[in-house]
Amino acid sequence: MDIVVTVKQVPDPDIPPTHFKVDEATKKVIPPAGVSPVMNGYDAHALEAALKLKEQLGGKVTVVSLGGDSARDTLKRAIAMGADAAVHVNDPALNEADSTTTARALAAAIKKLGAFDLVLSGRQASDTDGGQVHLGIATHLGLPSVSPVQKIEAATADALVVERIVEDGYQRLKVRLPALLGISSEINEPRYPPLKGIMAAGRAQIPVWTAADLGLEGASGKVQLRRLFVETREARVELIEADTLEDAGKKLADKLREARLV
Amino acid sequence: MPGVLLITEAAGEQLAGTTAELIGEGTRLAQQLGGAPVTVLLAGKNVQGLASSLGPLGVDQVLVADSQAPTPPSPQWLLAAAEAAAKQIQPDVILLTHAGGSRDLGAALAYRLDSGIVTDSTALRVEGSDVIITKPVFGGSALAEFSISSSPKVVTLRPRAFESDEAPVAGEAQVEALSVPETDGAIEVLEEIREQATTGPRLKDAKVIVSGGRGLGGPDNWKVVEELAQILGGAVGATRAVTDAGWVPPSLQVGLTGATVAPDLYITIGISGAVQHIAGISGARNVVAINRDADANIFKYARFGVVGDWKQIVPAFTQRLKELRG
Repeated sequence: MDIVVTVKQVPDPDIPPTHFKVDEATKKVIPPAGVSPVMNGYDAHALEAALKLKEQLGGKVTVVSLGGDSARDTLKRAIAMGADAAVHVNDPALNEADSTTTARALAAAIKKLGAFDLVLSGRQASDTDGGQVHLGIATHLGLPSVSPVQKIEAATADALVVERIVEDGYQRLKVRLPALLGISSEINEPRYPPLKGIMAAGRAQIPVWTAADLGLEGASGKVQLRRLFVETREARVELIEADTLEDAGKKLADKLREARLV
Repeated sequence: MPGVLLITEAAGEQLAGTTAELIGEGTRLAQQLGGAPVTVLLAGKNVQGLASSLGPLGVDQVLVADSQAPTPPSPQWLLAAAEAAAKQIQPDVILLTHAGGSRDLGAALAYRLDSGIVTDSTALRVEGSDVIITKPVFGGSALAEFSISSSPKVVTLRPRAFESDEAPVAGEAQVEALSVPETDGAIEVLEEIREQATTGPRLKDAKVIVSGGRGLGGPDNWKVVEELAQILGGAVGATRAVTDAGWVPPSLQVGLTGATVAPDLYITIGISGAVQHIAGISGARNVVAINRDADANIFKYARFGVVGDWKQIVPAFTQRLKELRG
Protein backbone atom coordinates (compact mmCIF):
# COMPACT_ATOMS: atom_id res chain seq x y z
CA MET A 1 0.00 0.00 0.00
CA ASP A 2 1.52 3.32 -1.07
CA ILE A 3 0.81 6.01 1.50
CA VAL A 4 1.43 9.74 1.53
CA VAL A 5 1.60 11.43 4.94
CA THR A 6 1.33 15.20 5.34
CA VAL A 7 3.38 16.66 8.17
CA LYS A 8 3.66 20.18 9.52
CA GLN A 9 6.34 21.76 11.62
CA VAL A 10 4.86 23.74 14.51
CA PRO A 11 6.17 25.68 17.52
CA ASP A 12 6.60 23.30 20.44
CA PRO A 13 3.11 23.20 22.02
CA ASP A 14 4.70 22.62 25.42
CA ILE A 15 6.14 26.12 25.55
CA PRO A 16 5.00 27.45 28.94
CA PRO A 17 2.27 30.07 28.48
CA THR A 18 4.51 32.66 30.15
CA HIS A 19 7.06 32.27 27.33
CA PHE A 20 4.49 32.47 24.58
CA LYS A 21 4.69 35.82 22.80
CA VAL A 22 3.37 37.21 19.56
CA ASP A 23 4.46 40.15 17.46
CA GLU A 24 1.21 41.95 16.78
CA ALA A 25 2.72 44.05 13.99
CA THR A 26 3.75 41.09 11.85
CA LYS A 27 0.97 38.86 13.25
CA LYS A 28 3.45 36.10 14.05
CA VAL A 29 4.61 34.10 17.03
CA ILE A 30 8.01 35.10 18.41
CA PRO A 31 9.85 31.80 18.75
CA PRO A 32 11.21 31.47 22.29
CA ALA A 33 14.99 31.15 22.43
CA GLY A 34 16.31 27.62 22.67
CA VAL A 35 13.03 25.85 21.91
CA SER A 36 13.10 24.06 18.56
CA PRO A 37 9.95 23.64 16.52
CA VAL A 38 8.59 20.09 16.37
CA MET A 39 6.56 17.79 14.18
CA ASN A 40 2.87 18.43 14.82
CA GLY A 41 1.71 15.84 17.35
CA TYR A 42 -1.19 14.43 15.34
CA ASP A 43 1.02 14.19 12.24
CA ALA A 44 3.40 11.94 14.18
CA HIS A 45 0.43 9.66 14.93
CA ALA A 46 -0.52 9.72 11.22
CA LEU A 47 3.03 8.76 10.25
CA GLU A 48 3.09 5.96 12.81
CA ALA A 49 -0.21 4.64 11.40
CA ALA A 50 1.30 4.72 7.90
CA LEU A 51 4.42 2.85 9.03
CA LYS A 52 2.27 0.17 10.70
CA LEU A 53 0.21 -0.30 7.51
CA LYS A 54 3.40 -0.58 5.51
CA GLU A 55 4.76 -3.23 7.89
CA GLN A 56 1.50 -5.13 7.47
CA LEU A 57 0.88 -4.77 3.74
CA GLY A 58 4.14 -3.62 2.19
CA GLY A 59 4.46 -0.54 -0.01
CA LYS A 60 6.00 2.85 0.40
CA VAL A 61 5.52 5.80 2.77
CA THR A 62 6.21 9.30 1.45
CA VAL A 63 5.98 12.41 3.62
CA VAL A 64 5.15 15.87 2.34
CA SER A 65 5.53 19.12 4.22
CA LEU A 66 4.90 22.75 3.34
CA GLY A 67 6.98 25.26 5.22
CA GLY A 68 10.15 27.32 5.42
CA ASP A 69 13.70 25.96 5.47
CA SER A 70 13.44 24.59 9.01
CA ALA A 71 10.58 22.25 7.99
CA ARG A 72 13.34 20.12 6.48
CA ASP A 73 14.22 18.99 10.02
CA THR A 74 10.70 17.66 10.47
CA LEU A 75 10.94 15.75 7.17
CA LYS A 76 14.28 14.31 8.31
CA ARG A 77 12.66 13.17 11.51
CA ALA A 78 9.93 11.48 9.48
CA ILE A 79 12.55 9.61 7.49
CA ALA A 80 14.34 8.70 10.71
CA MET A 81 11.07 7.22 11.99
CA GLY A 82 10.86 5.05 8.86
CA ALA A 83 9.41 7.02 5.94
CA ASP A 84 10.91 6.01 2.58
CA ALA A 85 10.95 9.42 0.93
CA ALA A 86 10.14 13.06 1.59
CA VAL A 87 9.23 16.15 -0.40
CA HIS A 88 9.55 19.70 0.85
CA VAL A 89 7.22 22.32 -0.58
CA ASN A 90 9.04 25.56 0.19
CA ASP A 91 8.15 28.87 -1.38
CA PRO A 92 7.72 32.20 0.42
CA ALA A 93 4.53 32.77 -1.58
CA LEU A 94 3.04 29.57 -0.14
CA ASN A 95 4.57 29.44 3.34
CA GLU A 96 2.70 32.56 4.44
CA ALA A 97 -0.52 31.56 2.71
CA ASP A 98 -3.92 30.81 4.21
CA SER A 99 -5.33 27.32 4.72
CA THR A 100 -7.16 27.26 1.40
CA THR A 101 -3.87 27.86 -0.44
CA THR A 102 -2.03 25.36 1.78
CA ALA A 103 -4.58 22.71 0.91
CA ARG A 104 -4.22 23.45 -2.80
CA ALA A 105 -0.43 23.32 -2.63
CA LEU A 106 -0.30 20.04 -0.70
CA ALA A 107 -2.89 18.49 -3.02
CA ALA A 108 -0.83 19.56 -6.03
CA ALA A 109 2.32 18.09 -4.47
CA ILE A 110 0.59 14.77 -3.74
CA LYS A 111 -0.71 14.65 -7.31
CA LYS A 112 2.80 15.30 -8.62
CA LEU A 113 4.14 12.37 -6.58
CA GLY A 114 2.10 9.95 -8.67
CA ALA A 115 -0.14 7.03 -7.77
CA PHE A 116 -1.03 6.31 -4.14
CA ASP A 117 -3.59 4.32 -2.19
CA LEU A 118 -4.00 6.40 0.94
CA VAL A 119 -3.28 9.85 2.34
CA LEU A 120 -2.90 10.20 6.11
CA SER A 121 -2.88 13.57 7.89
CA GLY A 122 -3.09 14.66 11.51
CA ARG A 123 -6.61 15.73 12.45
CA GLN A 124 -5.39 19.26 13.15
CA ALA A 125 -2.20 21.22 13.73
CA SER A 126 -1.39 22.54 17.19
CA ASP A 127 -0.56 26.05 15.95
CA THR A 128 -3.57 27.05 13.88
CA ASP A 129 -5.91 24.47 15.46
CA GLY A 130 -7.89 24.62 12.24
CA GLY A 131 -8.45 20.97 11.40
CA GLN A 132 -9.41 21.81 7.85
CA VAL A 133 -6.44 21.53 5.50
CA HIS A 134 -6.60 17.75 5.19
CA LEU A 135 -10.27 17.92 4.24
CA GLY A 136 -9.35 20.49 1.61
CA ILE A 137 -6.66 18.20 0.24
CA ALA A 138 -9.22 15.40 -0.06
CA THR A 139 -11.62 17.69 -1.91
CA HIS A 140 -8.92 18.82 -4.36
CA LEU A 141 -7.86 15.22 -4.99
CA GLY A 142 -11.45 13.98 -5.24
CA LEU A 143 -10.92 11.52 -2.38
CA PRO A 144 -13.44 10.34 0.21
CA SER A 145 -12.27 11.58 3.62
CA VAL A 146 -12.84 10.41 7.17
CA SER A 147 -11.78 12.41 10.24
CA PRO A 148 -11.01 12.18 13.13
CA VAL A 149 -9.97 8.52 13.07
CA GLN A 150 -9.09 6.76 16.33
CA LYS A 151 -8.48 3.27 14.94
CA ILE A 152 -7.71 1.45 11.70
CA GLU A 153 -9.40 -1.83 12.38
CA ALA A 154 -8.78 -3.67 9.12
CA ALA A 155 -6.88 -2.91 5.95
CA THR A 156 -6.89 -4.58 2.55
CA ALA A 157 -5.56 -3.36 -0.79
CA ASP A 158 -8.86 -1.70 -1.71
CA ALA A 159 -10.65 -0.75 1.52
CA LEU A 160 -10.19 0.11 5.19
CA VAL A 161 -12.45 -0.33 8.19
CA VAL A 162 -11.90 2.57 10.58
CA GLU A 163 -13.35 4.07 13.72
CA ARG A 164 -14.31 7.74 13.50
CA ILE A 165 -14.87 9.80 16.63
CA VAL A 166 -18.32 11.42 16.83
CA GLU A 167 -20.20 13.14 19.64
CA ASP A 168 -20.53 10.69 22.56
CA GLY A 169 -19.06 7.73 20.75
CA TYR A 170 -17.71 6.49 17.46
CA GLN A 171 -18.74 5.17 14.08
CA ARG A 172 -17.30 2.12 12.36
CA LEU A 173 -16.90 2.98 8.70
CA LYS A 174 -15.80 1.08 5.63
CA VAL A 175 -13.85 3.36 3.30
CA ARG A 176 -13.01 2.53 -0.27
CA LEU A 177 -9.45 3.36 -1.38
CA PRO A 178 -7.92 5.65 -2.42
CA ALA A 179 -9.01 7.83 0.49
CA LEU A 180 -7.76 10.36 3.03
CA LEU A 181 -7.93 9.94 6.80
CA GLY A 182 -7.46 12.59 9.51
CA ILE A 183 -5.71 10.80 12.36
CA SER A 184 -6.32 11.39 16.06
CA SER A 185 -3.94 10.63 18.92
CA GLU A 186 -5.91 7.67 20.32
CA ILE A 187 -4.75 5.53 17.41
CA ASN A 188 -1.17 4.68 18.46
CA GLU A 189 2.03 5.75 20.16
CA PRO A 190 4.52 7.21 17.67
CA ARG A 191 7.87 5.42 17.69
CA TYR A 192 11.19 7.04 18.47
CA PRO A 193 13.54 7.09 15.49
CA PRO A 194 15.89 4.09 15.63
CA LEU A 195 19.62 4.69 15.12
CA LYS A 196 19.43 3.15 11.65
CA GLY A 197 16.71 5.62 10.75
CA ILE A 198 18.67 8.57 12.03
CA MET A 199 21.56 7.54 9.78
CA ALA A 200 19.21 7.16 6.81
CA ALA A 201 17.82 10.62 7.50
CA GLY A 202 21.32 12.05 7.45
CA ARG A 203 21.88 10.71 3.94
CA ALA A 204 18.41 11.45 2.57
CA GLN A 205 17.99 13.74 -0.41
CA ILE A 206 14.84 15.80 -0.01
CA PRO A 207 13.64 17.53 -3.16
CA VAL A 208 12.28 21.07 -2.78
CA TRP A 209 9.28 22.11 -4.84
CA THR A 210 8.18 25.70 -5.36
CA ALA A 211 4.86 27.22 -6.34
CA ALA A 212 6.06 27.23 -9.95
CA ASP A 213 6.83 23.49 -9.78
CA LEU A 214 3.25 22.94 -8.66
CA GLY A 215 1.65 25.33 -11.13
CA LEU A 216 0.46 27.57 -8.32
CA GLU A 217 1.95 30.97 -9.13
CA GLY A 218 -0.29 33.81 -8.12
CA ALA A 219 -2.46 31.65 -5.90
CA SER A 220 -4.53 33.91 -3.68
CA GLY A 221 -6.19 32.99 -0.42
CA LYS A 222 -9.70 33.43 0.88
CA VAL A 223 -9.07 33.84 4.61
CA GLN A 224 -7.32 36.93 5.96
CA LEU A 225 -5.64 37.12 9.34
CA ARG A 226 -6.54 40.59 10.66
CA ARG A 227 -5.06 40.44 14.11
CA LEU A 228 -3.09 38.08 16.37
CA PHE A 229 -2.83 38.86 20.05
CA VAL A 230 -2.47 37.40 23.51
CA GLU A 231 -5.31 38.13 25.85
CA THR A 232 -3.93 39.66 29.00
CA ARG A 233 -5.29 37.98 32.02
CA GLU A 234 -5.16 39.38 35.52
CA ALA A 235 -5.01 36.69 38.16
CA ARG A 236 -7.98 37.24 40.47
CA VAL A 237 -7.65 34.03 42.39
CA GLU A 238 -8.44 34.01 46.09
CA LEU A 239 -5.80 31.77 47.61
CA ILE A 240 -7.00 29.92 50.67
CA GLU A 241 -4.39 29.75 53.39
CA ALA A 242 -4.43 28.20 56.85
CA ASP A 243 -2.02 26.83 59.48
CA THR A 244 -2.10 23.40 57.90
CA LEU A 245 -3.05 22.20 54.44
CA GLU A 246 -5.81 20.09 56.02
CA ASP A 247 -7.33 23.24 57.45
CA ALA A 248 -6.96 24.97 54.07
CA GLY A 249 -8.91 22.10 52.53
CA LYS A 250 -11.71 22.52 55.07
CA LYS A 251 -11.70 26.28 54.59
CA LEU A 252 -11.99 25.82 50.84
CA ALA A 253 -15.13 23.74 51.35
CA ASP A 254 -16.58 26.48 53.57
CA LYS A 255 -15.74 29.13 50.98
CA LEU A 256 -17.54 27.19 48.27
CA ARG A 257 -20.58 26.87 50.50
CA GLU A 258 -20.49 30.62 51.24
CA ALA A 259 -20.38 31.30 47.51
CA ARG A 260 -23.33 28.90 47.11
CA LEU A 261 -21.36 26.73 44.74
CA VAL A 262 -21.87 23.49 46.65
CA MET B 1 -30.71 39.56 0.31
CA PRO B 2 -28.20 36.74 0.80
CA GLY B 3 -28.98 35.00 4.04
CA VAL B 4 -27.48 32.88 6.77
CA LEU B 5 -27.57 29.09 6.51
CA LEU B 6 -27.25 27.10 9.71
CA ILE B 7 -26.47 23.42 9.44
CA THR B 8 -27.44 21.20 12.30
CA GLU B 9 -27.24 17.48 12.67
CA ALA B 10 -29.80 15.55 14.56
CA ALA B 11 -28.24 12.89 16.73
CA GLY B 12 -30.24 9.85 17.68
CA GLU B 13 -33.41 11.44 16.30
CA GLN B 14 -32.95 14.34 18.69
CA LEU B 15 -31.74 17.85 17.98
CA ALA B 16 -28.08 18.27 18.90
CA GLY B 17 -27.75 20.01 22.29
CA THR B 18 -25.94 22.91 20.64
CA THR B 19 -28.72 23.67 18.14
CA ALA B 20 -30.21 26.49 20.25
CA GLU B 21 -26.92 28.36 20.55
CA LEU B 22 -26.20 27.87 16.84
CA ILE B 23 -29.57 29.40 16.00
CA GLY B 24 -29.12 32.11 18.67
CA GLU B 25 -25.86 33.30 17.11
CA GLY B 26 -27.15 32.78 13.58
CA THR B 27 -30.17 35.03 14.13
CA ARG B 28 -28.06 37.68 15.91
CA LEU B 29 -25.61 37.71 13.00
CA ALA B 30 -28.47 37.91 10.48
CA GLN B 31 -29.79 41.01 12.26
CA GLN B 32 -26.35 42.61 12.18
CA LEU B 33 -26.25 41.87 8.48
CA GLY B 34 -29.39 43.95 8.03
CA GLY B 35 -32.11 41.42 8.64
CA ALA B 36 -30.87 38.64 6.40
CA PRO B 37 -33.14 35.58 6.26
CA VAL B 38 -32.16 32.59 8.37
CA THR B 39 -32.47 29.06 7.03
CA VAL B 40 -31.69 25.91 8.97
CA LEU B 41 -30.72 22.67 7.32
CA LEU B 42 -31.84 19.80 9.50
CA ALA B 43 -30.06 16.69 8.29
CA GLY B 44 -30.19 13.18 9.69
CA LYS B 45 -32.28 10.12 10.05
CA ASN B 46 -36.00 10.54 10.87
CA VAL B 47 -35.64 14.26 11.52
CA GLN B 48 -38.87 15.46 9.87
CA GLY B 49 -40.71 15.65 13.20
CA LEU B 50 -38.10 18.00 14.69
CA ALA B 51 -38.57 20.77 12.11
CA SER B 52 -41.54 22.47 13.76
CA SER B 53 -39.59 23.05 16.99
CA LEU B 54 -37.23 25.44 15.15
CA GLY B 55 -39.81 28.08 14.20
CA PRO B 56 -40.11 29.67 17.66
CA LEU B 57 -36.31 30.10 17.72
CA GLY B 58 -36.52 32.83 15.08
CA VAL B 59 -35.81 30.77 12.00
CA ASP B 60 -37.46 31.73 8.71
CA GLN B 61 -37.07 28.51 6.82
CA VAL B 62 -36.18 24.89 7.58
CA LEU B 63 -34.83 22.52 4.97
CA VAL B 64 -35.25 18.92 5.99
CA ALA B 65 -32.90 16.29 4.61
CA ASP B 66 -34.24 13.02 5.90
CA SER B 67 -32.05 9.97 5.44
CA GLN B 68 -33.94 6.81 4.62
CA ALA B 69 -30.93 4.54 5.01
CA PRO B 70 -31.06 1.84 7.69
CA THR B 71 -27.69 2.94 9.07
CA PRO B 72 -26.77 6.41 10.40
CA PRO B 73 -26.02 8.85 7.57
CA SER B 74 -22.48 8.74 6.24
CA PRO B 75 -20.25 11.83 6.21
CA GLN B 76 -20.60 11.78 2.41
CA TRP B 77 -24.40 11.92 2.59
CA LEU B 78 -24.29 14.82 5.07
CA LEU B 79 -21.87 16.65 2.78
CA ALA B 80 -24.16 16.09 -0.21
CA ALA B 81 -27.12 17.41 1.82
CA ALA B 82 -25.18 20.48 2.97
CA GLU B 83 -23.96 21.19 -0.54
CA ALA B 84 -27.48 20.89 -1.95
CA ALA B 85 -28.80 23.30 0.72
CA ALA B 86 -26.01 25.81 0.03
CA LYS B 87 -26.69 25.70 -3.71
CA GLN B 88 -30.40 26.25 -3.16
CA ILE B 89 -30.11 29.05 -0.57
CA GLN B 90 -26.97 30.80 -1.91
CA PRO B 91 -26.22 32.19 1.57
CA ASP B 92 -23.53 34.70 2.43
CA VAL B 93 -22.67 32.96 5.70
CA ILE B 94 -22.86 29.29 6.69
CA LEU B 95 -22.55 28.36 10.36
CA LEU B 96 -22.10 24.93 11.94
CA THR B 97 -21.18 23.73 15.43
CA HIS B 98 -17.57 22.73 15.96
CA ALA B 99 -18.43 19.36 17.46
CA GLY B 100 -19.08 15.80 16.40
CA GLY B 101 -19.53 15.26 12.70
CA SER B 102 -20.20 18.94 11.98
CA ARG B 103 -16.54 19.76 12.62
CA ASP B 104 -15.40 17.93 9.51
CA LEU B 105 -18.57 18.62 7.59
CA GLY B 106 -17.91 22.37 7.79
CA ALA B 107 -14.42 22.07 6.34
CA ALA B 108 -15.40 19.57 3.66
CA LEU B 109 -18.35 21.76 2.65
CA ALA B 110 -16.24 24.93 2.48
CA TYR B 111 -13.74 23.32 0.14
CA ARG B 112 -16.53 21.80 -1.96
CA LEU B 113 -18.01 25.30 -2.35
CA ASP B 114 -14.55 26.79 -2.99
CA SER B 115 -15.06 28.98 0.07
CA GLY B 116 -12.92 30.13 2.96
CA ILE B 117 -13.57 28.69 6.40
CA VAL B 118 -12.59 29.54 9.97
CA THR B 119 -13.14 26.72 12.46
CA ASP B 120 -13.78 26.68 16.20
CA SER B 121 -14.73 30.35 16.49
CA THR B 122 -15.59 31.87 19.86
CA ALA B 123 -17.01 35.22 18.69
CA LEU B 124 -18.44 36.85 15.57
CA ARG B 125 -19.06 40.50 14.80
CA VAL B 126 -19.90 42.52 11.73
CA GLU B 127 -17.64 45.41 10.74
CA GLY B 128 -18.75 47.21 7.60
CA SER B 129 -19.23 44.50 5.03
CA ASP B 130 -16.91 42.03 6.81
CA VAL B 131 -17.69 39.38 9.37
CA ILE B 132 -14.83 39.37 11.89
CA ILE B 133 -14.29 35.90 13.28
CA THR B 134 -12.40 35.41 16.54
CA LYS B 135 -10.68 32.08 17.03
CA PRO B 136 -8.29 30.84 19.72
CA VAL B 137 -5.05 29.55 18.18
CA PHE B 138 -1.91 27.90 19.55
CA GLY B 139 -4.03 25.81 21.86
CA GLY B 140 -5.66 28.93 23.26
CA SER B 141 -2.43 30.83 23.97
CA ALA B 142 -3.40 33.52 21.48
CA LEU B 143 -6.49 34.85 19.77
CA ALA B 144 -6.71 35.47 16.06
CA GLU B 145 -9.23 37.57 14.18
CA PHE B 146 -10.01 36.59 10.63
CA SER B 147 -12.17 37.74 7.81
CA ILE B 148 -13.18 35.70 4.78
CA SER B 149 -13.23 37.20 1.30
CA SER B 150 -15.30 34.50 -0.41
CA SER B 151 -19.05 34.13 -0.43
CA PRO B 152 -20.27 32.08 1.22
CA LYS B 153 -18.10 32.31 4.32
CA VAL B 154 -18.13 29.16 6.41
CA VAL B 155 -17.57 29.27 10.18
CA THR B 156 -17.81 26.53 12.80
CA LEU B 157 -18.71 27.72 16.31
CA ARG B 158 -17.13 26.39 19.49
CA PRO B 159 -19.78 24.60 21.55
CA ARG B 160 -21.01 26.55 24.58
CA ALA B 161 -19.16 29.73 23.56
CA PHE B 162 -22.33 31.37 22.22
CA GLU B 163 -25.61 32.21 23.90
CA SER B 164 -28.92 30.79 22.82
CA ASP B 165 -31.83 33.22 22.53
CA GLU B 166 -33.82 33.19 25.73
CA ALA B 167 -37.09 34.65 24.46
CA PRO B 168 -38.87 32.49 21.92
CA VAL B 169 -40.55 34.47 19.17
CA ALA B 170 -44.02 33.79 17.88
CA GLY B 171 -43.11 32.55 14.49
CA GLU B 172 -43.45 29.62 12.28
CA ALA B 173 -40.76 28.51 9.91
CA GLN B 174 -41.55 27.44 6.43
CA VAL B 175 -40.60 23.76 6.22
CA GLU B 176 -39.41 22.27 2.97
CA ALA B 177 -38.00 18.85 2.13
CA LEU B 178 -34.56 18.83 0.55
CA SER B 179 -33.67 16.07 -1.83
CA VAL B 180 -30.13 14.83 -1.40
CA PRO B 181 -28.22 13.67 -4.47
CA GLU B 182 -26.94 10.09 -4.48
CA THR B 183 -23.38 9.65 -3.24
CA ASP B 184 -20.90 7.21 -4.74
CA GLY B 185 -20.96 5.06 -1.61
CA ALA B 186 -17.22 5.20 -1.02
CA ILE B 187 -17.91 5.50 2.71
CA GLU B 188 -20.28 3.07 4.34
CA VAL B 189 -21.40 3.33 7.97
CA LEU B 190 -21.22 -0.15 9.48
CA GLU B 191 -22.44 0.88 12.92
CA GLU B 192 -22.49 3.73 15.38
CA ILE B 193 -21.58 3.14 19.01
CA ARG B 194 -22.78 5.66 21.58
CA GLU B 195 -20.89 5.61 24.82
CA GLN B 196 -23.09 6.22 27.82
CA ALA B 197 -21.67 7.82 30.92
CA THR B 198 -21.48 5.00 33.46
CA THR B 199 -22.61 7.01 36.47
CA GLY B 200 -23.49 10.62 37.14
CA PRO B 201 -24.11 13.37 34.62
CA ARG B 202 -22.47 13.52 31.22
CA LEU B 203 -19.32 15.62 31.13
CA LYS B 204 -20.47 18.21 28.62
CA ASP B 205 -23.80 18.84 30.37
CA ALA B 206 -22.54 18.67 33.96
CA LYS B 207 -23.03 21.62 36.34
CA VAL B 208 -20.16 20.38 38.51
CA ILE B 209 -17.01 18.71 37.24
CA VAL B 210 -14.03 17.42 39.19
CA SER B 211 -10.96 16.95 36.99
CA GLY B 212 -7.62 15.37 37.73
CA GLY B 213 -4.22 15.86 36.14
CA ARG B 214 -0.80 14.32 36.10
CA GLY B 215 -0.11 15.88 39.50
CA LEU B 216 -2.16 13.08 41.06
CA GLY B 217 0.85 10.85 40.54
CA GLY B 218 -0.75 7.71 39.18
CA PRO B 219 -3.95 5.83 38.37
CA ASP B 220 -4.18 4.45 41.92
CA ASN B 221 -4.91 7.94 43.21
CA TRP B 222 -7.73 8.53 40.74
CA LYS B 223 -10.33 7.44 43.29
CA VAL B 224 -10.04 10.80 45.10
CA VAL B 225 -11.34 12.53 41.97
CA GLU B 226 -14.21 10.07 41.68
CA GLU B 227 -15.13 10.31 45.34
CA LEU B 228 -15.23 14.11 45.25
CA ALA B 229 -17.32 14.08 42.06
CA GLN B 230 -19.71 11.61 43.61
CA ILE B 231 -20.23 13.71 46.73
CA LEU B 232 -20.94 16.79 44.63
CA GLY B 233 -23.14 14.91 42.13
CA GLY B 234 -20.74 15.96 39.42
CA ALA B 235 -18.96 14.46 36.46
CA VAL B 236 -15.33 13.35 36.29
CA GLY B 237 -12.89 14.91 33.83
CA ALA B 238 -9.22 14.50 33.03
CA THR B 239 -6.39 16.20 31.20
CA ARG B 240 -4.93 14.88 27.98
CA ALA B 241 -1.78 13.81 29.83
CA VAL B 242 -3.89 11.55 32.02
CA THR B 243 -5.97 10.03 29.21
CA ASP B 244 -2.87 9.60 27.03
CA ALA B 245 -1.21 7.76 29.92
CA GLY B 246 -4.21 5.43 30.03
CA TRP B 247 -5.26 6.12 33.64
CA VAL B 248 -8.80 6.79 32.45
CA PRO B 249 -10.64 6.41 29.12
CA PRO B 250 -10.20 9.11 26.41
CA SER B 251 -13.90 10.00 26.72
CA LEU B 252 -13.08 11.81 29.99
CA GLN B 253 -10.64 14.19 28.34
CA VAL B 254 -11.45 17.87 28.77
CA GLY B 255 -9.62 20.29 26.49
CA LEU B 256 -8.95 21.32 22.96
CA THR B 257 -9.10 17.78 21.62
CA GLY B 258 -11.51 16.48 24.24
CA ALA B 259 -14.76 17.81 25.62
CA THR B 260 -15.55 21.52 25.81
CA VAL B 261 -17.32 22.03 29.12
CA ALA B 262 -19.18 24.89 30.79
CA PRO B 263 -20.02 23.88 34.37
CA ASP B 264 -20.87 26.27 37.21
CA LEU B 265 -18.10 24.71 39.28
CA TYR B 266 -14.91 23.17 37.89
CA ILE B 267 -12.57 21.70 40.50
CA THR B 268 -9.07 20.74 39.39
CA ILE B 269 -6.66 18.55 41.31
CA GLY B 270 -3.04 18.36 40.16
CA ILE B 271 -3.75 20.18 36.91
CA SER B 272 -1.14 22.73 35.85
CA GLY B 273 -3.37 24.40 33.30
CA ALA B 274 -1.70 23.60 29.99
CA VAL B 275 -3.24 25.67 27.21
CA GLN B 276 -4.62 22.49 25.63
CA HIS B 277 -6.71 21.95 28.78
CA ILE B 278 -7.66 25.59 29.35
CA ALA B 279 -9.08 25.69 25.82
CA GLY B 280 -11.80 23.30 26.93
CA ILE B 281 -12.86 25.14 30.09
CA SER B 282 -13.22 28.73 28.91
CA GLY B 283 -16.94 28.44 29.61
CA ALA B 284 -16.51 27.24 33.21
CA ARG B 285 -17.93 29.86 35.58
CA ASN B 286 -16.01 29.07 38.77
CA VAL B 287 -12.69 27.26 38.67
CA VAL B 288 -11.10 25.88 41.83
CA ALA B 289 -7.43 24.91 41.66
CA ILE B 290 -5.55 22.61 43.98
CA ASN B 291 -1.92 22.42 42.91
CA ARG B 292 1.44 22.35 44.62
CA ASP B 293 3.04 24.85 42.22
CA ALA B 294 2.00 28.41 43.10
CA ASP B 295 3.08 29.54 39.63
CA ALA B 296 0.91 27.00 37.82
CA ASN B 297 -1.06 28.52 34.97
CA ILE B 298 -4.33 27.14 36.32
CA PHE B 299 -4.34 29.74 39.14
CA LYS B 300 -4.76 32.49 36.53
CA TYR B 301 -8.12 31.02 35.64
CA ALA B 302 -9.22 30.09 39.14
CA ARG B 303 -11.60 31.90 41.48
CA PHE B 304 -10.41 29.92 44.50
CA GLY B 305 -7.12 28.12 44.94
CA VAL B 306 -5.07 26.20 47.45
CA VAL B 307 -1.34 25.79 46.96
CA GLY B 308 0.02 22.55 48.38
CA ASP B 309 0.11 18.78 48.21
CA TRP B 310 -3.31 17.45 47.22
CA LYS B 311 -2.74 14.44 49.48
CA GLN B 312 -3.11 16.69 52.49
CA ILE B 313 -5.74 19.06 51.10
CA VAL B 314 -8.23 16.88 49.27
CA PRO B 315 -9.20 14.36 51.98
CA ALA B 316 -10.01 17.21 54.43
CA PHE B 317 -11.80 19.12 51.67
CA THR B 318 -13.86 16.09 50.70
CA GLN B 319 -14.69 15.27 54.32
CA ARG B 320 -15.83 18.82 55.03
CA LEU B 321 -18.01 18.85 51.90
CA LYS B 322 -19.56 15.60 53.03
CA GLU B 323 -20.46 17.23 56.34
CA LEU B 324 -21.79 20.38 54.70
CA ARG B 325 -23.98 18.44 52.32
CA GLY B 326 -25.27 16.29 55.14
